[in-house]
Amino acid sequence: MVDAKLAIEQDGLQRIIDALARRGYRVIGPTVRDGAIIYDTVTRLDELPVGWTDQQDGGRYRPKWRGDGALFGYAVGPHSWKRFLHPPAERLWQARREENGFAIVESEGAAEPLAFIGVRACELRAIAIQDRVFLSGRYFDNPYKIRRDQAFIVAVNCGQAGGTCFCISMDAGPKVETGFDLALTELVEEGRHLFALDVGSAAGADLAKDLPARPATEEEIEAAERVVARTKGQMGRSLDTDGLKELLQANPDHPRWDEVAERCLTCGNCTNVCPTCFCTTIEDTTDLVGAAAERVRRWDSCFTLDFSYIHGGSVRNSARSRYRQWMTHKLAHWIDQFGSSGCVGCGRCITWCPVGIDITEEAAAIRASPEGSRRDADGGA
Amino acid sequence: MEGLERIVLEHPFFAGLGPEFGAAISGCARNLRFAAGEYLFREDEPANEFYLIRHGTVALELHAPGQPVIVIATLREGDILDAAWLVPPYRWTFDARAAELVRVLGVNARCLRDKCEADHDLGYELMKRFVGAMGERLRATRLQVLDVYGTPRS
Amino acid sequence: MTPGHEAREVPAGWSVPQPLRVSRVRRETADVATLDLAPVSPFAFAAGQFNMLYVFGLGEVAISISGDPAKKDRIVHTVRALGAVSGALARLRRDAVVGVRGPYGSCWPVAEAEGSDVVLIAGGLGLAPLRPAIYGVLARRQSYGRVVLLYGARGPSDILYRRELETWRRRLDVDIEVTVDHAGADWHGNVGVVPGLIPRIPFDPHHAVALICGPEIMMRFTIAALRDRGLASEQIYLSMERNMKCAVGLCGRCQFGPAFVCLDGPVFRFDRIAPVFGIREI
Repeated sequence: MVDAKLAIEQDGLQRIIDALARRGYRVIGPTVRDGAIIYDTVTRLDELPVGWTDQQDGGRYRPKWRGDGALFGYAVGPHSWKRFLHPPAERLWQARREENGFAIVESEGAAEPLAFIGVRACELRAIAIQDRVFLSGRYFDNPYKIRRDQAFIVAVNCGQAGGTCFCISMDAGPKVETGFDLALTELVEEGRHLFALDVGSAAGADLAKDLPARPATEEEIEAAERVVARTKGQMGRSLDTDGLKELLQANPDHPRWDEVAERCLTCGNCTNVCPTCFCTTIEDTTDLVGAAAERVRRWDSCFTLDFSYIHGGSVRNSARSRYRQWMTHKLAHWIDQFGSSGCVGCGRCITWCPVGIDITEEAAAIRASPEGSRRDADGGA
Repeated sequence: MEGLERIVLEHPFFAGLGPEFGAAISGCARNLRFAAGEYLFREDEPANEFYLIRHGTVALELHAPGQPVIVIATLREGDILDAAWLVPPYRWTFDARAAELVRVLGVNARCLRDKCEADHDLGYELMKRFVGAMGERLRATRLQVLDVYGTPRS
Repeated sequence: MTPGHEAREVPAGWSVPQPLRVSRVRRETADVATLDLAPVSPFAFAAGQFNMLYVFGLGEVAISISGDPAKKDRIVHTVRALGAVSGALARLRRDAVVGVRGPYGSCWPVAEAEGSDVVLIAGGLGLAPLRPAIYGVLARRQSYGRVVLLYGARGPSDILYRRELETWRRRLDVDIEVTVDHAGADWHGNVGVVPGLIPRIPFDPHHAVALICGPEIMMRFTIAALRDRGLASEQIYLSMERNMKCAVGLCGRCQFGPAFVCLDGPVFRFDRIAPVFGIREI
């Protein structure tokens, strides 16, 4: 892996976008829309949230003007990169009826390759987690693999932490370590505005050749490190992960589940904004005359009643059981299934919960009074 | 009566019972045989006898107007026929039909009740066993009532 | 309509079903049918595994394979009409075309059980996923100790595979006990629940394996009765069921605690899921 410390001026980012577009990428980056900083196709620097930051807390999100011209001066918004790598709706195949039955036509993979601008450390970790979900099992997801292999990632070291961030607790940031092609650290201070640029891959090195980049100075490298250190100290939340898996798996009947169920609306916002939630449903449909059919995969949420439906009823009928499933899966079962926690500490679920339920607070409450009601291997209590 | 005492103590229901109690019970007991199709008793008849099945199958039935007879359970070797004789009003609550040749130990209900009143230790030994058997029957009946193989309820 | 010359090979994305022709339909009971499908090439599966069956334009459902693993020239499914897709499957006629993908999931420990007594316990439609295991055990009967099959059904008219049960019963080396929840007086067999049969069946709890499939409540009571007979959790296997869409561990729906029923199950050794089994709404 090539690793070089370079620097480019602020407008060098436009050159990055142009170089990617020339190579056939659809460039996706942050932009302000509908009162939030979301991810969409960008072509020009002025489409980015220049001078904007965000204020986040439980159930609260507000973009705020910071006025210093920073391009990445915010934390994360309701979108995550999963909406591009693992789209909300995807047609898997089409079929047409034939005399002797039917024939399947498999959908082609992704259209153009995607380039992501502004991927945070927590988001890189989330992508790596979804890689394990979709690519490391016996059956891998082909459309995901195609999009993933083709994706070009320009990461960004966070210049400030968000109000609900706790990536440090999950060992998922704030510094980007691996999994990127290029990484930027924005230095907006002392009358200068430039980016320290790290090259993280051969593709990144190749693109860097097209950029007006120069080797970074010692001082610039140190300034970049100070940015990361400052962010580290700003975390809005924290989560004690020590023994957390065992704690949650041993407490399925903890009274806290009843307590949170009184607040939880089972709206599924958390699963929607979470960058690692991957659950889907499959829809088989046909046209009106029954000559053509298709199968579409759509995002789904474990908070719906349909999700666990068998034989005339839902296994998880109560809000209590559904919240318990989401949180226990995310922080505990995920480790058994995929070898790491499913949480990256991005805080989105806290911010976007309409009633401000805070996963770190729930975990702390259970930890404060564990019941230890785990059943033994004999099935007794 | 020595043979009958042995039969009493060998029946699974009385497993672990002290021999002194066996003598008391066999004093009220007799061997009975029912041919296939014969009824041991009918619903609402006085429950005068406590039956322990030694061999064969007994079908417990309920009847309802306009419906074919319903078999609610089949009991086999080692099972007991009911505790209706133990508590007032001392009446059977279902029909019991021998589904094949059946041999039972019949224990006179009044005789046994009197002996239990006189000797509470004997009464307690019997109660322990009854509660266990009835509990088993209740658990099984609950599962049966759920109709788990039927169309799932919504 | 000409009966199919074989269906076309299709590219193998995980979600793509293969169109196969129904070669035979047997009506088992009022709402249950057994379909034989004709595979394009020899179809290998292990007892306990399932396929996803697709009805054109309607949907897909997970159905256990209920045929003999030794017979690779057909794929057999026993389907009960419970919803839209299963209802459509149960009403199919010969030569209809069904989409198939699989086989998926874990399997009964048929080979591992050699040398032990085998107790197979089925409730309702649960006899269908167990039947391949019965075939497997009977094919190498001399390698096993006592073989017992307990089967509970709703009523006499709901009994599956009657002729086969009678054939097996005529063997001298297999114990078969059938019981029903309700019956009329013309039924001369057991009336009562499956767990009630367990205290009496002949097997050596120190050298036995139990394979259970049926409604979850029935399995719970059955396991309790087996534990009372001295079987350890490591000797008990059951087949679980949950909502399934992808069948390959990618959609997240079939999770049962940390296990994916489609990948880690549907057959589970009981000690591995005992901590989760019986927790309400898990």
